[in-house]
Amino acid sequence: MNIVPYLIRGLATGGQFALVAIGYTMVYGILKLINFAHGDLFMVSGILLIYLCANFPTLPIGAAIIIMIALTVLIGFLIEKCAYSPLRQAPRMSVMISAIGVSYLLQNLVSYITGGLSKQFPDIPFLSDSVKLFGVKDKLAVFLSPVAAIVLTVILVLIVNHTKFGMSMRAVSRDFETSQLMGVKINRVISITFAIGAFLAAVGSILYFAKNTGINHMAGSTPGIKAFIAAVVGGIGSVPGAVVGALIIGVVESLAKAFGLADFSDVISFGLLILILVVKPTGLFGEKLTEKV
Amino acid sequence: MSERPCVLHAENISMQFGGVLAVHDLTMDVYEHEVVALIGPNGAGKTTAFNAITGVYEPTNGAVWFCGEKIIENHPQGKMKKLYAGGHNGEYRHVIAKTPDRLTKLGMARTFQNIRLFKSMTVFDNVLTAKHLRRTSNLFTAALRLNYKEEARQRKETLELLELVGLADVKDELATSLPYGKQRKLEIARALATNPKLLLLDEPAAGMNPQETVELSEFIVEIRKKFDLTILLIEHHMNLVMDISDRIYVIDFGKEIAAGTPAEIQSNQRVIDAYLGVADDE
Amino acid sequence: MKETFWEKNKRAICNLALVLVLLAAVIAIDLLAPTTSMWFSVLRKVFTFALAAVSMNLLNGFTGLFSLGQAGFMLLGAYTYAIFTIPVELRASVFRNYGASLIQFQMPIVPALLCAGIVAAVFAFLIGLPVLRLKSDYLAIATLGFAEIVRGLVQLQNFGPLTNGPDPINKFTAPEHIWIYALIAGTCILLIILIVNSTYGRAFKAIRDDEIAAEAMGINLASHKQLSFITSSFFCGIAGAMLAMCNSSVSSVSFTTSMTYQILLVVVIGGIGSISGSMIAAFIYYASSEWWLKFLDLETYTAAGARVPLLGPGFRMVVFSVLIMIVVLFFRTGIMGTREISVYDFFAKLFSKKGGAAK
Repeated sequence: MNIVPYLIRGLATGGQFALVAIGYTMVYGILKLINFAHGDLFMVSGILLIYLCANFPTLPIGAAIIIMIALTVLIGFLIEKCAYSPLRQAPRMSVMISAIGVSYLLQNLVSYITGGLSKQFPDIPFLSDSVKLFGVKDKLAVFLSPVAAIVLTVILVLIVNHTKFGMSMRAVSRDFETSQLMGVKINRVISITFAIGAFLAAVGSILYFAKNTGINHMAGSTPGIKAFIAAVVGGIGSVPGAVVGALIIGVVESLAKAFGLADFSDVISFGLLILILVVKPTGLFGEKLTEKV
Repeated sequence: MSERPCVLHAENISMQFGGVLAVHDLTMDVYEHEVVALIGPNGAGKTTAFNAITGVYEPTNGAVWFCGEKIIENHPQGKMKKLYAGGHNGEYRHVIAKTPDRLTKLGMARTFQNIRLFKSMTVFDNVLTAKHLRRTSNLFTAALRLNYKEEARQRKETLELLELVGLADVKDELATSLPYGKQRKLEIARALATNPKLLLLDEPAAGMNPQETVELSEFIVEIRKKFDLTILLIEHHMNLVMDISDRIYVIDFGKEIAAGTPAEIQSNQRVIDAYLGVADDE
Repeated sequence: MKETFWEKNKRAICNLALVLVLLAAVIAIDLLAPTTSMWFSVLRKVFTFALAAVSMNLLNGFTGLFSLGQAGFMLLGAYTYAIFTIPVELRASVFRNYGASLIQFQMPIVPALLCAGIVAAVFAFLIGLPVLRLKSDYLAIATLGFAEIVRGLVQLQNFGPLTNGPDPINKFTAPEHIWIYALIAGTCILLIILIVNSTYGRAFKAIRDDEIAAEAMGINLASHKQLSFITSSFFCGIAGAMLAMCNSSVSSVSFTTSMTYQILLVVVIGGIGSISGSMIAAFIYYASSEWWLKFLDLETYTAAGARVPLLGPGFRMVVFSVLIMIVVLFFRTGIMGTREISVYDFFAKLFSKKGGAAK
């Protein structure tokens, strides 16, 4: 059996998960919040592109994509402003519950608009073209995903480590209150973090849905939860960790399919999650924290 | 002193974080009915030492006995094998680490430097909860109220204890609504409810004014007599320490620099140097 | 000073009276309401999810363990109950895709309910050993993962003779009368209340308030967390069995993470740490989502024949989720906060106010 195609598809799925996983991991790094709505934002961005293409047939696809990304970033920003920022002083559990509420709201809203039906994702020239690489024939999006994920991650890591904004981001994630006292505009940092997360989710959604064509209101939950597992496996809070975790999850699931365990693939990912949590609770790249008495 | 049984015996305790030796070969004894204080300048490693011998941290090397039973033992492992800079390496071979709840069951109870009361509970329930560890009931008997005799006895004892420490009048108030001094008292009462032999006080006078500190030292002397206690404390307030301690250990940079009665310590040159500093260029 | 029996127990007695009144109301509805009444389906759901929410509250609200595994434990309970209560002669037809059912006997309802709880509790015991060492969010993720694993495993063809694979299980015993549901949920909730107010309940709350202090007071964290987790899961399993009865069909696809979220929202709306709050919230939540807000899903026309804007399929859930967000954002303590209903205090206050006005 040739496992190369499975490996490549695994890396592709992993790349798409990675773009979503970064959103989870960055928000967690800063707010210590599991943003349950992130997977749904991913779904919403896919739906936006569908509606943009359907309602404005004259719009060139490139412009539609740009508008879609801008709208997704705006929604990501608004979610933070409306649902999370009023709870800045609240216990962490309240914010997490608010995130679950947002997730619920986005799903129901999309279900209402689409009538609960699955919508066809538009063909994107170039990305939807079939190509043959390494003896594997698939859509270009498949081959592009891991590359896009890694390039964007490198850019992001450079931003985090070498810019003033990146420094304030690291400061906020280290100590919220102190960095506020030191004059870091935390609300701005948080907003930008959400915007970056939303941007990556939008890019990820183009790559993901270009391959898997139908989208309904629940389409975000599986990739969302997989990306989330990836973020935890890699060590939630760490950007490179999220990417590595996502690639691992993608490849593991793909290999499970190769060995005829397709039914088991979800079980395997979750099993991996629990295993990692039990053996190394802070994930592969996470930092260990101890509470002071 | 030595005829009295030894309650707590810590031997060659070292605690190293990375390359920093926070506690260095500390050996100390606490005998029955004694009040022993552990003092030292800021950053001397008092709290770390305290946590290492009370089971909150695992010491890197050394062993601790409580009433003759070995409760803690450790030796450098893993990376620490190479890094370890303390003495007595290789003397300890076992790893014994009892969780704090086991130690409390054996008869060691403690308070915290930054008060840790059960926030959502009343004063009464805070103390009553500390009686949980001496229960004979299980979940079924407790749920079905078959343990009503035990429950009634615990409630009665709790009330008596609160009366004894002078908190009976506020028993139904939320623990966190009490003034600071009373919260400290409540924390001590809660520790007493576990029926300890040894009471460990982590900076009991922290944040108190002189008046409150005097009251506290009277309170400590009083409960020690009433409950037949042995007490080990860390403290900054020298007046309190000198008033109530039978013996004092002084540490600086993790090492013991002096030990003795309050009078001996007060006249010890090394202690004075450690606290006031020595001018290098003289 | 010896307190009289009444003085000591007045609050419990008054609340008991309220429970009896409510039970009488349920029986009255059961006997008098027309069979097509919404009361039946809604109340069944309310009782089921009231129990699920209260058991989640025991863990999340009283012990401070943020677990999201409820759907998994409910699934285990639902399947256990369903598998054990199919009449023997109907088993072949239910499990037709897998030859025959592995189990060839039928249990009465009560033992089957207990089994449902026990199976969930056993799984909780096994999963709890490694997972409960994790801190807040990590625990939430791990338990959520566990629920998804259970859901994935149950659907496997290999387990077909036991679980009927991905096919739904039906034809099992499901009582009709809503007072039976009320009785099951009521008994379980009563037990939970007794636990919460026992010495173990105090230990759980101590762990919630301050783990380090609780441990220093001699409360073994591992065993008490485990105990709370197992107890909560036991009752969750029974709630799952009740859900199976409500739907008279069990299928693994319905036990998704969003079911856990629903239960969590009920707990939050009622007030984290309030048992009566969870019960009230369960009623409001399911009565409004399944009944009172149903009209939002219908395309409605005004007298003039114009279509009322926005109303249409799915709109109900949008309104509903907006309402939930409002509660979560602006009424964070929920309906009850951490308080409990007390009929006695309610009337005492009412009368003292009146007395004050008369002066």
